[in-house]
Amino acid sequence: MAIWFSRSRKIAHFLKPKISPSEFLYKICPNYSNSSSFRTLSGENCRNPQAFSDYSTTILSFRRRWWRPESTRAGEQVETPYSDDDYEDENQVLDFPGGRVTFTPEMKFISETSDKRIPCYRVLGDDGYPISGSKFEQVDKETAVKMYESMVTLQIMDNIFYEAQRQGRISFYLTSLGEEAINIATAAALTLDDVILPQYREPGILLWRGFTLQEFANQCFGNNADYGKGRQMPIHYGSNKHNFFTISSPIATQLPQAAGVAYSLKMDKKEACVVAFTGDGGTSEGDFHAGLNFAAVLEAPVLFICRNNGWAISTPISEQFRSDGVVVKGQAYGIRSIRVDGNDALAVYSTIRAAREMVIREQKPVLVEALSYRVGHHSTSDDSTKYRPINEIEYWRTARNPLVRFQKWVHKNGWWTDDDESELRGSIRKQLLTAIQVAEKTEKPPLAEFFSDVYSHLPSNLHEQEKSLRETIKRHRQDYPTDVPL
Amino acid sequence: MFEALREGLEEEMDRDPRVCVFGEDVGHYGGSYKVTKGLAQKYGDLRVLDTPIAENSFTGMAVGAAMTGLRPVVEGMNMGFLLLAFNQISDNCGMLHYTSGGQFTIPTVIRGPGGVGRQLGAEHSQRLESYFQSIPGIQLVACSTVYNAKGLMKAAIRSENPVVLFEHVLLYNLKERIPDEEYVLSLEEAEMVRPGEHITILTYSRMRYHVMQAAKTLVNKGYDPEVIDIRSLKPFDLYTIGNSVKKTHRVLIVEECMRTGGIGASLTAAINENFHDYLDAPIVCLSSQDVPTPYAGTLEEWTVVQPSQIVAAVEQLCK
Repeated sequence: MAIWFSRSRKIAHFLKPKISPSEFLYKICPNYSNSSSFRTLSGENCRNPQAFSDYSTTILSFRRRWWRPESTRAGEQVETPYSDDDYEDENQVLDFPGGRVTFTPEMKFISETSDKRIPCYRVLGDDGYPISGSKFEQVDKETAVKMYESMVTLQIMDNIFYEAQRQGRISFYLTSLGEEAINIATAAALTLDDVILPQYREPGILLWRGFTLQEFANQCFGNNADYGKGRQMPIHYGSNKHNFFTISSPIATQLPQAAGVAYSLKMDKKEACVVAFTGDGGTSEGDFHAGLNFAAVLEAPVLFICRNNGWAISTPISEQFRSDGVVVKGQAYGIRSIRVDGNDALAVYSTIRAAREMVIREQKPVLVEALSYRVGHHSTSDDSTKYRPINEIEYWRTARNPLVRFQKWVHKNGWWTDDDESELRGSIRKQLLTAIQVAEKTEKPPLAEFFSDVYSHLPSNLHEQEKSLRETIKRHRQDYPTDVPL
Repeated sequence: MFEALREGLEEEMDRDPRVCVFGEDVGHYGGSYKVTKGLAQKYGDLRVLDTPIAENSFTGMAVGAAMTGLRPVVEGMNMGFLLLAFNQISDNCGMLHYTSGGQFTIPTVIRGPGGVGRQLGAEHSQRLESYFQSIPGIQLVACSTVYNAKGLMKAAIRSENPVVLFEHVLLYNLKERIPDEEYVLSLEEAEMVRPGEHITILTYSRMRYHVMQAAKTLVNKGYDPEVIDIRSLKPFDLYTIGNSVKKTHRVLIVEECMRTGGIGASLTAAINENFHDYLDAPIVCLSSQDVPTPYAGTLEEWTVVQPSQIVAAVEQLCK
């Protein structure tokens, strides 16, 4: 909260002319006196300064009405981001499309960097104690324990599925190690009605919402029980009953879609928002720009969460952008933004709760940059030791581990013991191994599902192609796999 | 024709409150070709939405809205600009119903003017039907008359699949009487324009008019061509086409698409595969050359198939 106030003060300060207007005019035009006429920059010779300002005000209000006629939301006035009260002297102001600006004879470039980076919101110290003076939303015992248990489950699930891929039992896997706090704390702060448009490193949200370990395993094995009917590669989960959109591999394509979902929620006037994720790499995509711009212009209730984990496969953020991270990009689109310590579960929880409330109440997008570190490799197809030092990975895996920090806090509150820990870990491990075994043995989706859902009904050409395929299989029955029913 | 399209759109918007329109300048401006004129005043700024200039984004937005239950109609100011939205159309529109296991449907309509106009330059004269035809999961239809424009627009909006509706930039000012009562056409059917005995001429969109003009000359010369407007570009209505081929045994395809990989090329392959035994002569396909559309008027005229070429081809085939 404090951060936002200080920033808005900075904006108003920037708009106020640096020196008093008459002083300024005297400097450039020593013959100036209040009663004589003066020239505006447009060259108009205006005898009466007051008349000029009246004229420009009427132009502005006319323009305002034209941009958003009555047919819009019943006569609501457009909120200009900058108030007219900042302009002390009408002589310093110019009308342009987009509003009024003061002009200055001093040529001043805005620096490409600011002297200080935007600070990140952090609540919990490394020792598990809240930082003194920190303000955060209190989490009750039930929620905190559920959060911690989910973070542990996510971590173990990632490790076991990763191993399963290494053993050749599934073809691919992608871990969220190091980002468990972002996953679970965000999920805990949202409601089931909030629609999630994930990138691919957010399975924790599904986990929180009740997706079972068996359902995760089914998708990874692509069997008959998979909601995606075995059509997508592992970790591309999707579940409409959990309001979690099916993951699509190309980066950032879900960001423009978020504006569309928000549009739909807006038309239904729902008490919910859209939450769209991306990583640091995703902010380079054109869709990031367009998605955020759209959401801002259309006033769509979208919460954009950028997981800045430092790496986009082998590209470090120093090679991804030259801005101060992602949080500064929000202002460029007219979107409120905040930077939070993504490894601090309590800070993430508080931030998302506040952001969600803002998004729904004001029907405007908000951008959250969660700083973190990608502890795992990009995926099972990557070996990150090839491009980053092993001790760096180890440091983030141990000393800056989000689970350890949160566990200390939960433990200090007397809500968690070491016995609970070992019991939980043992139980989850067992459940996962069972889930994998069951998923492995389950039949794959039948052949008919190969052709269904391409269209709402099977068209004639696909019907023919299916017939032809079945005939081929009949002729070569011995080559056809046994676990795919016909 | 633009009024027929607008009527179709308006009737569907009245009938189903989930139908909405996205596009550049579709709101107060009424659309660059006036297809959405008056709709913003009637339904409000939210249902007829003016978007910033980012085709990939508003197409993506339509996908997101469709996945959550709305039925968006996306207007590309020119079909050529939809190349910028290709990823959203192919990977998301086309695939998400399949990859989500049927959990999410994408009932969008993507429409806009395409085809060669009058000296609009290469980027505004694209025939993208061929680019889209391989995408699994979408349907392609091309309207050509005022009557079928309205019917196909309504059918496309009611369809649960993503449909790309190709209009032609030079056909917007066509005038024709259409029925007052409601009618919806089928998206997968071809239209028999003129039954005949000697040769089957398959065409779509604006080329239908060139074919009909050629047909007049051909009738005077004693030929009896059967003209079919295929309308459905994906999937092809092989039933109607097949019956015609079985009757006439000769096929001429007339299209505005490029020669390589055009709609005609696919259609040639499909007919050859299915009706080879019924053909007395090889299929002839008249299409534009593989060049970007030139600006110069005379050159532009010669990239598009002219009636005289159609007459010559028919005479050649029927020898």
